Amino acid sequence: MDAALGRSDRITIAVLALGGEGGGVLADWIQDVGRANGYRVQGTSVPGVAQRTGSTVYYIEMVRAGEGGANRPDPVLAMMPVPGDVDIVIASELMETGRAILRGFVSKDRTTLIGSTHRVYAIAEKSSLGDGTGANERILDAASRRAARFIGFDMAAAARESGSVISSIMFGALAASRALPFDRDTFEAAIREGGKAVEANLGGFSAGFERAVSGDPAAQEAAAPRQPTTEAGRALHQRITANLPQSAHALAIEGAARLMDWQDARYAALYLDRLESLHGVHADLVEPAARHLALWMAYDDTIRVADLKIRSVRLDGVAKEVGTKPGQLLSVTEYMHPRLQEVCETLPAGLGEAILASPTLSRWLAPLFRRGRHVTTTSLRWYLMLRGLAALRPIRRRSLRYRIEQERIERWLGLVADTARADPAAAVELLACQSLIKGYSDTFERSLHSFETVIEAAREKLIGRADAASQIAALRQAALADEEGTALGCAIKGLEPHRTVA
Amino acid sequence: MAERSFKKEVEQLRLGDGDVFEGEGILAVTKALLQAGVAYVGGYQGSPISHLMDVFADADPLLRELGVHFESSASEAAAGAMLAASINYPLRGAVAWKSVVGTNVASDALSNLASGGVKGGALIIIGEDYGEGSSIMQERTHAFAMKSQMWLLDPRPNLPTMVDMVEKGFELSEASNTPVMIEMRVRSCHMTGSFVARDNRRPAMTVGEAAANPTRDLDRIVLPPANFLHEIEKVEKRWPAGQAFVRDNRLNEWFGPERDDIGIIVQGGLFNTLNRALELAGLSDVWGGAKVPIYCLNVVYPIIPEEVTAFCAGKKAVLVLEEGQPEFIEHELNTLLRRADLNTRVVGKDVMPRAGEYSGQVIGDGLAKFFAAWAPGRIAPQSKVATPEPELAKEVPQRPAGFCTGCPERPIFSAMKLVQKELGELHVSADIGCHLFSILPPFHIGNTTMGYGLGSAGASAFKPSEGGKRAVAMMGDGGFWHNGLTSGIGNAVFNQDDTVTIIVDNGYSAATGGQDILSSRASNDIRTTNHPIEKAVRGIGVKWARTLTRTYDVARMRDTLREALTSKEAGPKVIVAQSECMLNKQRRVKPLLAKAAREGKRVVRERFGVDAETCTGDHACIRLSGCPSLSIRPNPDPLRSHPVTHIDNTCVGCGNCGEVAHAAVLCPSFWKAEVVINPGRWEQLAHRFRRWVIGWLQRSHSRHIAARAF
Repeated sequence: MDAALGRSDRITIAVLALGGEGGGVLADWIQDVGRANGYRVQGTSVPGVAQRTGSTVYYIEMVRAGEGGANRPDPVLAMMPVPGDVDIVIASELMETGRAILRGFVSKDRTTLIGSTHRVYAIAEKSSLGDGTGANERILDAASRRAARFIGFDMAAAARESGSVISSIMFGALAASRALPFDRDTFEAAIREGGKAVEANLGGFSAGFERAVSGDPAAQEAAAPRQPTTEAGRALHQRITANLPQSAHALAIEGAARLMDWQDARYAALYLDRLESLHGVHADLVEPAARHLALWMAYDDTIRVADLKIRSVRLDGVAKEVGTKPGQLLSVTEYMHPRLQEVCETLPAGLGEAILASPTLSRWLAPLFRRGRHVTTTSLRWYLMLRGLAALRPIRRRSLRYRIEQERIERWLGLVADTARADPAAAVELLACQSLIKGYSDTFERSLHSFETVIEAAREKLIGRADAASQIAALRQAALADEEGTALGCAIKGLEPHRTVA
Repeated sequence: MAERSFKKEVEQLRLGDGDVFEGEGILAVTKALLQAGVAYVGGYQGSPISHLMDVFADADPLLRELGVHFESSASEAAAGAMLAASINYPLRGAVAWKSVVGTNVASDALSNLASGGVKGGALIIIGEDYGEGSSIMQERTHAFAMKSQMWLLDPRPNLPTMVDMVEKGFELSEASNTPVMIEMRVRSCHMTGSFVARDNRRPAMTVGEAAANPTRDLDRIVLPPANFLHEIEKVEKRWPAGQAFVRDNRLNEWFGPERDDIGIIVQGGLFNTLNRALELAGLSDVWGGAKVPIYCLNVVYPIIPEEVTAFCAGKKAVLVLEEGQPEFIEHELNTLLRRADLNTRVVGKDVMPRAGEYSGQVIGDGLAKFFAAWAPGRIAPQSKVATPEPELAKEVPQRPAGFCTGCPERPIFSAMKLVQKELGELHVSADIGCHLFSILPPFHIGNTTMGYGLGSAGASAFKPSEGGKRAVAMMGDGGFWHNGLTSGIGNAVFNQDDTVTIIVDNGYSAATGGQDILSSRASNDIRTTNHPIEKAVRGIGVKWARTLTRTYDVARMRDTLREALTSKEAGPKVIVAQSECMLNKQRRVKPLLAKAAREGKRVVRERFGVDAETCTGDHACIRLSGCPSLSIRPNPDPLRSHPVTHIDNTCVGCGNCGEVAHAAVLCPSFWKAEVVINPGRWEQLAHRFRRWVIGWLQRSHSRHIAARAF
């Protein structure tokens, strides 16, 4: 049948890429390699506004010239992919791979799917107040299930490692797939023909080629559990393994280590005191508490931030991240904005409270802290300033913030313990509410308000109800739905008992 | 000059007899104009025809050699009016724009042009922005062709056909004294292919020669009584002349067998898609060997009655494939068949969707219905459509277009979001341009958009009541010079509006590809630039005007906007927000910096980053920015689960995230790294000294940390 003939004669290729990823360059290379191999080739695209970061499809068709239609006029090639009629799909990112599947471009009987497994997060995923990311496994699963062949690896990493761009990696993977009946050197010739960044692109091409053949390197083994390095550490380690349930060990060790780094061994011991006391109430509480209590106790105050910013590992990390080369000079500037509030909270409790309570003093001092500071950590002046701030750590227990936070923690743990006696599941959910508390300054105040609203609603309306645990979890989700607290407000309103209309 | 060079494309325009042109459809049309002896070209840039304008703008030496006049028109109305040169003189002229929006803008000039009629061929190249990837309202330009009586060509997507239609379009225009539109769909514009070129032709008369010898014909001017004469001429002379030309030159095409009791009538632009759908149904092949008669309308207006009746005679039914609505062609076919007393059934929108792009799948579905009703058994059963995966659909996020990395427009909306936190929600009248992305996440700013340059006019009905809030209007520099100066700012001054207009002055007509405009800062050999926007608005009578020269200063932007919204002063307020379009700036600066670094000159590279240890994963910074390089990654902290913010290596160091963190009092996680490449000697010494002292302090700090470690 002619239709079958026509099909076997032509090759259809869809490239799904994001604006600025060089999808157009890749489409040009593919067309060049097709023409060089004696094919009649047509490419189309709908760039437009999608060029500005959106996702877009480049579509290429090729048909062998000189066979079947040698004495025919020009081939009539399609302008867009038809679902079920695509031989090769190349997607530059994992969710674009998913989108190709959703659009029906990937079929079991014929499609070679070449997709990168890395993520470029969409704005909806990025702007979530918590974790809004899509599930990668589901896409990978569908890709292997629905394509005739799926070649997937992290092409962004391959591009980084080979000092090239993702389009050349994809081109290499396409060559390696043998889905196009062309020799490797004709692909490389297309890159040379293009004439731009030829060496880097050829490097990327061959990296893509190798990786497509060899597959993704095996995932790294999980890091071994942390071992104590000091006397105090060993004592705490001993205490954790002896007194806490096995399931909580890893997190409790992590937590204790964090608090020693944050303050000292005595503070980590307080952490374990609190965990042990929860353990006495109900064993299920310990593992979640090990996580959330550690995070709360290691709250982010000015001392902590200064301490982290001046560490040598941190500056080395920045140098590595920006790729400083030998002979180049690096300077690092922080964007800090401590307000009078934070400054007073760092001061000894009495003094800080006095300033905040005095309208006159506040009015005088506030202007000093109204503007954000550009703190050049690599300059001597600012380094010494931050070092001085970090040196306040030993007297942190006397600070206003310390007192406030310990009171909050005690109140929270008290409610958890009270709840756990009758409803341990609800108590676990109350522990998880700590994850709502985030950020600094305004963000901190907003998130603390969310936390308190959820806890308040739980205390007033939920604890004691059979569905308390699931309802608290739902409120927590609602608190992360928007900054304004609209969803949370609605969710709490929804908890009111339904009134029957008379 | 625009920051992209089209030198390679300009070379293609120089091809001569027998050379093979290879490239995109829109470039083929550009070349075809020169082959047809065009005397003048104008237009307004916009997808999908920006390329034509860009290439001509870079082809100045070639155009000079040929005696062709080219201008980047101020608007589509200006371009349409330029075609007036073809009314009295045998000058071939062409203009191009994005449609339907550009045709809307030009329609006053086009009506006048079409009424008086033309002596020289007048061609309007329509970039029909319809279907996938479109950024405008989905309407048909076809309606304009009909109401003003201009012929509409819709060539099938094949480079030789498109090139031929340009040449024939001029001839058709001259033979019928009627302007001709040639519709180029988005995919046809970007479609690659080849054709055998011919030599470029000098115009028989140049615009200079015409200007030197003015001629005048009162009957061509739209004023009574000539306007009534025009209407009669259109019906009695131009229409029949046009139809005769199309018929005699066989501009339409026929495919497939001669005899059959069914057939398909298709708009030329849809031909390739139809052929693929037929191929998948077993009724054609990749070489266009259809097994059912096809009448391909490369001219969709006027319809040629003789051709229609000849095609339909002896057929039970014909399927009409006409994209968009209303279905003008289908209506006309029905009328023609009734007049000819033919009983052929016209099947159109009863099996095809009334709205949306006619993709291969859509046409395939329509064919299946048509064949089931009129020729059952002739069509292969539809291939199975893959089973949908609703679970998968939930995971794949939408990817709306957004501001580029480092875009100077982003901080304007960050500032506006901060002002809204203080003053409450604002009514924002948006405009056309990149800044319209503000309506999308993460900004969610903007209530309406009424057209290019119409941001301020779109806010003009909002008069704040006593103590009420002022409305805000957005406008780009492109829209401002297009018409916003008069329709927006002039209107606001005259009517004593009390609105705040923010004019984004990024140095280019950025959304359409970075073309120069009056206020561009770059110098341009063939245009004049550097006309400040603030001077223009003050000239038209605005008293309260501020120019901010660095949009990335979020705090200043916020304070200025707050002042404009709360100032006691009445009358329109204008804020000109200046910073260079980052896309174009990078194109300009990147090669320069790389060169300087190679030559051993001191170069500073800036990049931003986020400390994962202090980031708590709230992402407020992202909600105030949305920069592509400001993303997230899994939290490296084993205790935390929410992803942390992360800045990747595509960061161009614009500084917006740091400024936002400051202005919104967010968090201390942001840092700016400055890398000095090829530093001076003193600089190195000072750096070494600092490193030495800080290194010593860091070692002591590390010892303290190790001492209290786990």
